[in-house]
Amino acid sequence: MMNCKQATRLMSQGQDRELNMAERTRLRIHLFICSGCSNYNKQLHLIRETMKRIGTRGPGN
Amino acid sequence: MSRDAHNHNKESATPDIDSEQISALRDEMIRFARLQLRDDHLAEDAVHEAIAAALKSNSFGDRASIKTWVFAILRNKIIDVIRERSRHPTESLLDEDAGDLEQQFDERGHWRKEHEPANWGHPEAVLANEQFWLIFEACLEHLTENTARVFMMREHLGLEISEICTELSISESNCWVIMHRARMKLRLCLESNFLEEGDES
Repeated sequence: MMNCKQATRLMSQGQDRELNMAERTRLRIHLFICSGCSNYNKQLHLIRETMKRIGTRGPGN
Repeated sequence: MSRDAHNHNKESATPDIDSEQISALRDEMIRFARLQLRDDHLAEDAVHEAIAAALKSNSFGDRASIKTWVFAILRNKIIDVIRERSRHPTESLLDEDAGDLEQQFDERGHWRKEHEPANWGHPEAVLANEQFWLIFEACLEHLTENTARVFMMREHLGLEISEICTELSISESNCWVIMHRARMKLRLCLESNFLEEGDES
């Protein structure tokens, strides 16, 4: 059974490479039962979105 | 009537990129370049070069796209500087302290109750919050220089991990570790500062 520490590592890698089927399944099950990691996953997506917009946001845009 | 329409079209098609407009952008560009380069001189040089390149050309559409376009030039300048500098690495790349990050988990590798990530609410609402952006930039500055560089190359400049490793001559596994720690650290910093601002929606 995957723990949170392993899940966070996999979530990070999932942002940079395609996870394989086994990794995706294990992660999905973990996220289903773990609200902390589920929140973490959403936060990673938000961080990515923020990083994309940095520098070009603002009223002049 | 037709002449008015003509003038209007002409103006909106080729607005002048005047120096006033550029200097308004300048501060923002410098702040942006500093975040990525962590060096005031290099940042100012990159911005000057980008502005010079912008002034030389006059092919753009509306005001909004001028900004996008000038930043696109700046981004390329920043990539050049990073590439040039990474040929002469001076410090170890794996310098982010992992101690703080590890202690968020208990001995079985689960979140300790007090460190469990919270729900930040709707992403668009968070992104619309000016306070969030200020905290985000401050948290980015807390990353060590090398971590911030790798993170920026990946998340902002959109390079692939394999490209970054090659550019910086570091192993792929180190690259994963750097990215993971950067995200963990940034998230932790955001959560402890942003949520305490009272935005616990």
